[in-house]
Amino acid sequence: MPRKTIAKFELEYLQIMDEKGSIDSELMPKIEKERLKELYKIMLLARTFDTKLLALQRQGRIGTFPQATGQEAAAIGPAACLEKDDWYIPSYREFAGLFLRKMPLSNVILAFSGDERGNKNNSEYKNYPLTFPIGSQLPQATGIAMGMQLEKKKNVVVVYCGDGATSEGDFHESLNFASVTKAPIIFIVQNNQYAISTPIKLQTSSQTFAQKGIAYDMPSIKVDGNDTLAMFAATQEAIQRAKLHQGPTLIEAFTYRICDHTSADDAKRYRSEEELESWKKKDPLTRLKIYLEKEGIWTEKDQEQTEKENEETIAKAIEEADALPAVTPEDMFQYMYEDMPDNLKEQLEDCKKFKKDE
Amino acid sequence: MNKINMAQAITQALEAEMQADEKVLVLGEDVGLNGGVFRVTDGLQKIFGEQRVIDTPLAESGIVGTSVGLSIYGYKPVAEIQFSGFMYPGFNQLVTAAARLRNRTRGEFTIPLVVRMPYGGGIRALEHHSESMEALYAHVPGLKVVIPSSPKEAYGLLRAAIQDPDPVVFMEPKRIYRAIKEELKEDQEPIPIGKAKITKEGDECTVIAYGAMHWVAQKAIAQLGYKYHIELIDLRTISPLDTETIINSVKKTGRCVITHEAPRSFGVAAEIIAQINEKALYELQAPVERVTGYDTIMPYYQNETNYIPDEKKIVAAIEKVMKE
Repeated sequence: MPRKTIAKFELEYLQIMDEKGSIDSELMPKIEKERLKELYKIMLLARTFDTKLLALQRQGRIGTFPQATGQEAAAIGPAACLEKDDWYIPSYREFAGLFLRKMPLSNVILAFSGDERGNKNNSEYKNYPLTFPIGSQLPQATGIAMGMQLEKKKNVVVVYCGDGATSEGDFHESLNFASVTKAPIIFIVQNNQYAISTPIKLQTSSQTFAQKGIAYDMPSIKVDGNDTLAMFAATQEAIQRAKLHQGPTLIEAFTYRICDHTSADDAKRYRSEEELESWKKKDPLTRLKIYLEKEGIWTEKDQEQTEKENEETIAKAIEEADALPAVTPEDMFQYMYEDMPDNLKEQLEDCKKFKKDE
Repeated sequence: MNKINMAQAITQALEAEMQADEKVLVLGEDVGLNGGVFRVTDGLQKIFGEQRVIDTPLAESGIVGTSVGLSIYGYKPVAEIQFSGFMYPGFNQLVTAAARLRNRTRGEFTIPLVVRMPYGGGIRALEHHSESMEALYAHVPGLKVVIPSSPKEAYGLLRAAIQDPDPVVFMEPKRIYRAIKEELKEDQEPIPIGKAKITKEGDECTVIAYGAMHWVAQKAIAQLGYKYHIELIDLRTISPLDTETIINSVKKTGRCVITHEAPRSFGVAAEIIAQINEKALYELQAPVERVTGYDTIMPYYQNETNYIPDEKKIVAAIEKVMKE
């Protein structure tokens, strides 16, 4: 009757660029300098966009808005690895990745100003709208990847969730379905350490979120989520495996939101000032900027110029969103089914009769 | 030609749609080699292979959620939930994703998904295997809910459900999976969703039923013989409701009895009565009667004959409205 070890597991942590912008050249992935510059510009755009939308919310011009400041690297690194026909499926803090994949900024503005037109992709890239029932996008993303696998396509799905979502059944069901079917999908857990106010120690007893993938026999890794290069490299490696039909990967992006959960939240109620300050020093934008400067491809002038352009881009997006014709009663009814059933036709007439004109 | 039962008719409908459209997939627990616990998918994996008849892990949210994803990717999944009582972990995916994605993407994503599940009592099954919760699904904007009443109906309605561009919850009255046999024509056509069927014409009283209760209602009407001219409507589709057929019939007969196995309150009968109230109240000769299950938990099978409405209850309701 033997009693012996039948399996052993190990877990890696990856950081390529540290907080001071120094890189480990042995781990450095192949990426054009110009491409890195482009990524940095989009990250800056997302950062400014965040501030601007919060201001719009405070003015009452848009509704509740979930900021993403501090999590730009985890969003854009994986997005930078994808082709147009790969799917990028956000949770709701991946604006930097979506902007890289040509989602119009006006979409986000519309979606958060109570207009479903913001959920239209409006891009030649395969992007998915934001999802608010936590983790429920994961099985849907897995289904898309299962479709790719059935067709033996060389495409992949990148899907996001937060640390809180790993407690949902959908997280585990998705990892299991993906692993069993060898679906080409990369799960990225944005571990920003809080699900609204709930800290990770109340969310899980696991030492890491990455290790949850091991139970599904899935290659899994914990990555410095504020390190654009590490997020890029880990995703690229996962994509190579996926394209060889070797199945899914789980990446834990260890990060922090340097902002409240949403415009309706006050993070001071559950996070200390010291903790926040310590993470501001790990800002994903700062370190990438220092790196680009050290490489001699970025200057203060570039910074000023880009910030100015970004302001203009955002102002234009706000104008675009404002310029759309107002929503109508038809908008509410016409997308329910391909053919409108009689009860909805009747109710639409009723709605039009009592239409609120403002 | 051979007569077939409802389970076989559903198998044939699945086979026909899978032959017609290579994007149609069948997935669920034990649907492959085992052919499903009711053998409804029996033999399909042999014909179409493991790529199109997929045995999934045991997880309803996973089944419905991945089916939503497969739909977005261009497939037409027909997901089987083993028993409707086990659907609830997948309910979230139906309500927050399948039913909404067309609307929330302004028509960019469509979800041509069918979720099949056996429902209802009468087979002396275990707990959670006998409920009739169709009203839950019918209440969700964006879903369609279809319930067949016979083998032919199941064949035609399921084919239409699979061809439908929107998500359809297809609830199979398992009590009559094998109780009724019908001949299926070689060129049996799909039956349009959203249209009820008058299965017996009459001008004195309208009886509305669906699923296994249509069969029970037929028996009740047979018991009454030639006593009254009863019009029987098989609802076929719960949502969207064919109000036109109902209202025209009630205007003609002036009396109405509605029957379902599901609990009485907030149910399909209640909605039909509201429609009659709005559109035909002054043509009624008598208050509309409901013959339904009770607002109790569906009992274990020792008590299920007391729960499920039978012919006697329907006859009593018809006699009551005819007295007025």
